Amino acid sequence: MKRKIPLLITFLVGVIIIISEFIPHKPFGQISGELEKWYLIIAGFAIILGQLSLFKVNLFKIRHRQKNWQFFILTLLSFILMVSIGIFWGTENHPGIFGNGETISNTIGTKPFDYLFDNVYQNLQATMFSLLAFFIASAAYRAFIARTLESSLLLVAAILVMLGNTSLGSALTGWLPESLKFLHLPRISEFIMKYPTTAGQRAIMIGAAFGIIGSSLRIILGIERSYLGGK
Amino acid sequence: MEHFFSVLGIWLGVLFTFAIFSFLYKDNPVYKVAEQIFVGLSAGYWFVYTIYFILIPNLFDPLINDFAGNWIKLIPAVLGIMMLMRLMPKTGWVSRFPIALVIGTTSGVFFLRYLKSDVINQLTATMMNPFTGGDWVVIIGQIMLIVGTLTGVIYFYFSKKHEGAFGATAKVGIYFLMISFGAAFGYTAMARISLLIGRLQFLLGDWLGIISP
Amino acid sequence: MSENIKKKQIDRRWIFLLLFISVALPLIFVIGFPIETTENARLVYGLIEQTPKGSKVIISFDYDPASKPELHPMGKALMKHCFDRDIKVIVTALWPMGVQMAEDIYSDLKDNYPDKKYGEDYVNMGYKAGGIVTIQAMGKNFRDIFPQDMNGTSIDELPILDGINNFDNLGFVFALSAGDPGIKQWVQIAHDTFGRPVSGGVTGVSAPAVIPYVNQQQQLIGLLAGLKGAAEYELLTKTPGTATKGMDAQSVAHLIIIIFIIMGNINYWRNKKAEKKGVE
Repeated sequence: MKRKIPLLITFLVGVIIIISEFIPHKPFGQISGELEKWYLIIAGFAIILGQLSLFKVNLFKIRHRQKNWQFFILTLLSFILMVSIGIFWGTENHPGIFGNGETISNTIGTKPFDYLFDNVYQNLQATMFSLLAFFIASAAYRAFIARTLESSLLLVAAILVMLGNTSLGSALTGWLPESLKFLHLPRISEFIMKYPTTAGQRAIMIGAAFGIIGSSLRIILGIERSYLGGK
Repeated sequence: MEHFFSVLGIWLGVLFTFAIFSFLYKDNPVYKVAEQIFVGLSAGYWFVYTIYFILIPNLFDPLINDFAGNWIKLIPAVLGIMMLMRLMPKTGWVSRFPIALVIGTTSGVFFLRYLKSDVINQLTATMMNPFTGGDWVVIIGQIMLIVGTLTGVIYFYFSKKHEGAFGATAKVGIYFLMISFGAAFGYTAMARISLLIGRLQFLLGDWLGIISP
Repeated sequence: MSENIKKKQIDRRWIFLLLFISVALPLIFVIGFPIETTENARLVYGLIEQTPKGSKVIISFDYDPASKPELHPMGKALMKHCFDRDIKVIVTALWPMGVQMAEDIYSDLKDNYPDKKYGEDYVNMGYKAGGIVTIQAMGKNFRDIFPQDMNGTSIDELPILDGINNFDNLGFVFALSAGDPGIKQWVQIAHDTFGRPVSGGVTGVSAPAVIPYVNQQQQLIGLLAGLKGAAEYELLTKTPGTATKGMDAQSVAHLIIIIFIIMGNINYWRNKKAEKKGVE
């Protein structure tokens, strides 16, 4: 029962959603519409589950003194801090259980939740992702080698796109006469993007879509059951 | 006082920016501290926003304000609570019911949408007369588009061994895929550099005031 | 082979430092390389220009601070363009932090547009989870998914949303997208299911995967890709901002990366030659 009923639910729900596309009238249209609205609410709970699960995992690491456990205390503290101030005094547009915290807001210029978001979180996240700029530069030096025809094609396309996608590209070949404008770097980059890249990416898109369609059918028909986990 | 906190805010931003950048020299405790604060704040943010933007307006408010008209929302509410039972090992199996509903809905929607948008519409967009619509550059491009898409799709067909004419066609597909990966690398490099530019605009503008932010 | 690559290589921290300097200097000492527009950016511009005044459009802020340098300038120029054209903007967010990204832009712009009123010309409906399924639900019954705006004001009290029950009365949907859920789902639902025009701005990373949607089927009408796309749009709308300012730095950094690639290749082939000689 622990597995058969969920499999039946998946089957029925999947089939109803697909039928409702072709017969959008009662009861299929109505049921699928309702299911989609429920989805949002369940997704909300799933997000809450994700955050609580993160809390639980970190607590476990601290309790069992796993490697670098001291740092996970900070994870929990910052989580608790963000949740508490969000719930106590709300966010920019939402009052919390203690109202809007006018005294604090007047002192620091904004609600504490937004203060943390603007000054700490935004900078942390933006910097974290900007690190990738350095690693991609390093990777370009170390691993971008023209060994075969395939890798040479990749390399040449990358260089042309990189040049064409900046104002430098415009400056370098901007002097070309109208008859040779097709060699202008931004145009070459645009050409690569519009035709061969679109072709390659479209092939990937179609291939991936077949994969997704196949997986969806396998799930609906109960052939693929790994999402249920366990035994 | 407000000015003090505004300046403090910028300094906090600078402090955490350098804390993360310190990783470029080598992994160190300062980076780890910043990293864990980032994870904690991120999770907290999602938690609060989910309550304020989903659970309150789409569930609690309708149930409180008009129960008779919205009692049906009790079903997703119960399913949501069943989802949370996954946190306890003993009751974890209960979460299979809401997961089944979510997966069933997603599969149904994915089946329909991917079929239409990513298969039918993409194939339709490829079925064109390449010899119309512009000068020789456009015509060459359109031929490349058709040939590249078809050979690329053939490359992804692994049920037949890639040899002979089929293998040669798949090989052409690889060339197109390589060009598209090259372009993707170029765009990825552009994106990453843009993020660094954003950081430096903050450091040089908001913090040091050397450039206008 | 990997041994070859590792041989005689400089410490990568020097590469990091060089990149840092090559991005910082052009920000301080502006070069002013010219910016050119591409067809995709012009298509986006054309879509907004052709949308009748008074139309209501959705701009979905599906990104967070990690992609702010690329997508924020697009969002700002776009919202300004909409306000200039008297297009009414309904903001949604499939990413939680998108709500604040939109508010950040609105609070920057609202002083320049004193006649634009919240609730009449602009509204922020906040964040909704659920990606593609939720968009589909919005398309069937917008008011069920968004019973309130981000301030908790009932949808019935917001004049901008009068007559908006689904996607039928929308001029277009514009997705500022950093990944999933984002522009792909908007194309699949808003255009391919409900037939509304969809356009968007994406990060450089996602641009190649999205570009096949710009086709004769008009699944997407134009596309702004990365910082260059943002700078192009700033140029078209004559509102130079952070993207335009960043283009010099972008150019120099790209040049540096290309030099790294060339150096890496020379290094590799030189080592390979030396290895061959050693074997002989």
